[in-house]
Amino acid sequence: MNARIPNFPATLRRPLAVATLSALLLGGCATAGNPDPLEGYNRAMFSFNEQVDKAVVKPVAQAYEFVLPDVARTGFGNFIANLEDPWIAINNLLQGKPADALSDLMRFAFNSTFGLLGLIDIATPMGLPKHDEDLGQTLGSWGVGEGAYIVLPFFGPRTVRDTAALPADYLGQNPWQIDHVPTRNSYTALRFTHIRSTFLGTEKTVDEATTDKYAYIRDFYLEQRRYKVSDGNVMREYEDFED
Amino acid sequence: MNFFNKLLTLFCLLAAGLMPVAQAAAQQGPDVLVRDVTNEVLEIVRTDKAIQAGDPQRIMALVDAKVLPHFDFRRMTMLAVGPDWRSASAEQQTRLTDAFRTLLVRTYSNALTQYRDQTIDFKPTRFGEADKRVQVRTEVRQTGAQPIGIDYMLEKSDAGWKVFDVIVAGVSLVTNYRSSFAQDVRSGGIDGLIKSLEAKNRALEVEQQRS
Repeated sequence: MNARIPNFPATLRRPLAVATLSALLLGGCATAGNPDPLEGYNRAMFSFNEQVDKAVVKPVAQAYEFVLPDVARTGFGNFIANLEDPWIAINNLLQGKPADALSDLMRFAFNSTFGLLGLIDIATPMGLPKHDEDLGQTLGSWGVGEGAYIVLPFFGPRTVRDTAALPADYLGQNPWQIDHVPTRNSYTALRFTHIRSTFLGTEKTVDEATTDKYAYIRDFYLEQRRYKVSDGNVMREYEDFED
Repeated sequence: MNFFNKLLTLFCLLAAGLMPVAQAAAQQGPDVLVRDVTNEVLEIVRTDKAIQAGDPQRIMALVDAKVLPHFDFRRMTMLAVGPDWRSASAEQQTRLTDAFRTLLVRTYSNALTQYRDQTIDFKPTRFGEADKRVQVRTEVRQTGAQPIGIDYMLEKSDAGWKVFDVIVAGVSLVTNYRSSFAQDVRSGGIDGLIKSLEAKNRALEVEQQRS
């Protein structure tokens, strides 16, 4: 496994390799009839993640939101998002959308310079909208099936396809090859904390919306990924069960 | 002027007086409806301190008065339940609809309290005179985050345009329930699903009173 993902940060290499391996092994059991063949394992991992979140991740995110003023969090959010744009450009190129890829690169160029290292998103008001692409979507657009739904430790919901793309996506979205390990780890932790803090408002809604949170999040994730893979070109069918 | 003429005049006056109202109701297209209702509700949320503080009674009252009349909850419940809807009796369908409406209203009200300084972008909607079903696209923009698409599916009824699906970030908030509802029906029948929804609503009610 290690040979396949050679440049991956050492700290994450083993858990990811295990996750990928188990995904591939377990994903083999996927059948067309059952939309969630790994449900037993998934539910257990889902509740493990929920506990970790409740005990550590969420309190840290709440503290982060409480301590930092809005403007600092917005700036950091822009900073993270800016570093993702080159990877988004590559994926747009791989999906045969060179115009979008060019727009992503222009975003990166403007925001990294005039946008003060990405702290300010000046590209969006200039008419260069932020895109949402990753390798999982690229593979999907090439016709790679999504495989079984799988809940990864710490990373949460994925499909087998998106799990396979995860190491590359992780590297692509964190393009800094920082040699100074404490800096790199701090950045990674802060990035996760920031991303988690952006969900603080919505989670009560999800908690209250459903009698089965696991199933609600699974179906939401799967439908949203399909929507993103097709760039929003989803035909919706509304049946009538009245008679 | 004889009696008949008077009557005719009266009738014409009445008709002329009523015309603008009737026309407005018939002419208010789905896009205008969504925009007007959204703007009106958000304007209230922006100015009402009790709502911003999360006062559930106030929000529910607002949603009840301004939003609910434009939704077709029976159709939404049917779409959420799926093919099992056919095997539900008329009484079960009514209870399902009531329970699901309560759940959705709470979810929606909750989301409204999260509203702060986001702006809503209303995308141009194209539809023909004969169209019975229209998708109205909006986008919620907020600084420092990616815009989130919120689309409304509306159907034309005798009582005007009614929303029967809301699609957030590409996901239908109605059909997203289908597999878990089907699971409830498989394990406990239609009554099992009704029980599960009503129990959830009661639990949320208790929680709300405690806070």
